[in-house]
Amino acid sequence: MPGQDRNARHRDLAVLACAAALSLGAGMLLWRRATGGHRSDDAPGRAARRLDFGGYQVVGRTVTIAAPRSAVHAPWRDPAQLNRIFGGGLKVRPLSEDRMAWILATPSGEIEVETRLVEERAGEILAWRSVDGSGIDVEAKLQLRDAPAGRGTEVEAHIAWRPPWGLPGHWAARLGGTDPGRLCRQALKRLKMLLETGEIATADNRRDS
Amino acid sequence: MRALTWQGKHDVRVDTVPDPRIVNPRDAIIEVTATAICGSDLHLYDGVIPGLRPGDVLGHEFMGRVVETGPGSTLKPGQRVVVPFTISCGSCFFCAQGQFSACDNSNPVEAQEASELLYGHAMSGLFGYSHLTGGYPGGQAEYVRVPFSDVGPIVVPDGVPDEQVLFLSDILPTGWMAAENAQIQPGDSVAVWGCGPVGLFTVQSALLMGAEQVIAIDHHPNRLRLARDLGARVIDYRHSHVLEALLEMTGGIGPDAVIDAVGMESHGFAPDNLLDTAKQKVGIGVDRAHVLRMALLAVRKGGRVSVPGVYGGFADKFPLGALMEKGLQIRTGQTHVQKYGQDLLQRILEGQIDTTFLISHRLSLEDAATGYRNFRDNQDEWTKVVLNPR
Repeated sequence: MPGQDRNARHRDLAVLACAAALSLGAGMLLWRRATGGHRSDDAPGRAARRLDFGGYQVVGRTVTIAAPRSAVHAPWRDPAQLNRIFGGGLKVRPLSEDRMAWILATPSGEIEVETRLVEERAGEILAWRSVDGSGIDVEAKLQLRDAPAGRGTEVEAHIAWRPPWGLPGHWAARLGGTDPGRLCRQALKRLKMLLETGEIATADNRRDS
Repeated sequence: MRALTWQGKHDVRVDTVPDPRIVNPRDAIIEVTATAICGSDLHLYDGVIPGLRPGDVLGHEFMGRVVETGPGSTLKPGQRVVVPFTISCGSCFFCAQGQFSACDNSNPVEAQEASELLYGHAMSGLFGYSHLTGGYPGGQAEYVRVPFSDVGPIVVPDGVPDEQVLFLSDILPTGWMAAENAQIQPGDSVAVWGCGPVGLFTVQSALLMGAEQVIAIDHHPNRLRLARDLGARVIDYRHSHVLEALLEMTGGIGPDAVIDAVGMESHGFAPDNLLDTAKQKVGIGVDRAHVLRMALLAVRKGGRVSVPGVYGGFADKFPLGALMEKGLQIRTGQTHVQKYGQDLLQRILEGQIDTTFLISHRLSLEDAATGYRNFRDNQDEWTKVVLNPR
């Protein structure tokens, strides 16, 4: 019957479309496997041209510090040192052995982020994750490794954070100078100054200026 | 204290500002006994260097007596010191290699982002030279806070007049490094553009390093005379075609090394310079690179190019073809003052180098604005201005 023929034709087309989609999918999987998926190079994710990683912004910085890994690790477990290297832009308050409050001053007021230390291996890695209900959803990881030719320690900071208002929130933070990328970059440079010279450079002519 | 402050283009004034104090452990406070106006201060005076703010204290050539030290300083109160214009920590990767002006740790973190954006990497800290290099208050003042005082300052013996050693702070090592960067070999002909203080010290250094002949180029008769007195042959670009003259004076080969001791404010009635001047005036160009362009054309094939002259931004019409096709080598940079201080001090004490011949005027700090104006507008007569705060 003509109606049955039409149904059969639709079924055949659907089967063909499914087969084509499956072939395309399989082809894409094979291609991604061959090329390493979206990671077609060796650059870290924070250098990627794309801006969105499932709603997260990925930022960070690598700095080489002429000091052993143990010396680079220690300040990250010392709130007084952390407050020094964040230079007032971010303040920390210890809550317990593995919990800490990070208080960020923004143009629209203070934001408090509570984190839990989720991983620590001496001289190798430190990682924090914000707890549920925190002001900002963020994960931060520091990896330490020996720099080549006895140059000290390479510190690689990797931060994934979810800006409160998505991409516009990310740009607002960048313009306001409170984005985690900038805070982390500056903190690593102050840490480098402190460990390499014993002080943090300032052009102020007096403590009260 | 009294200090020379920048207020805007062609507007500098001596004001009363708060005295400096020890802030960091390695600091020292110096009471300035002599300071000078540098040719590169004129780039600030002319407003062509980005990153200056009204009220900034200028001056990066200064010396004085130590009056106070932090617990990490190796200086002692009462010592006489010449202070390098580059602020260097002495312990980072760059300082450890003697590349003191590339110090990673002397430019405050907050000031680093601008030069990272402009140059790809953060610059080191410099005294009195814009916020790109830290915004450190400078030495045209009664007192200066000197960070990393255990690394920079050169202690000088009593009995040696200030004027003999003052220029160890910048222009003498800058001229020396310019000649060193030209990698001079015996028999070499070396051309030096600019007979300002750095150019003159470059001429002197190149001859000491064994150049067969040094050819100095300028248009101010008095400055050309000073170069000739040092032993250079001279070209007045208002009287002679420079490229042709250089070729003729080097047996048709061209100079083995060329040195641009002029930088971003070239003079001369050349089409490229007129266009650069117009662009600089309306704020769409930073550098007038006429001298560097000419130097690249003048130098012999496979020759060396040294650039002590200050450039700040971008230049177009740049003869990249000549650079590549002629196989040139180019070396440049702010001076690694701390690397040369002791050696040059010794040469001064032994009488091998005289630094006082170029001083034309001595003024009190209170008259610094007059010094700036004349150093800029009457360059033939005003070759170097030394200021005395007391």
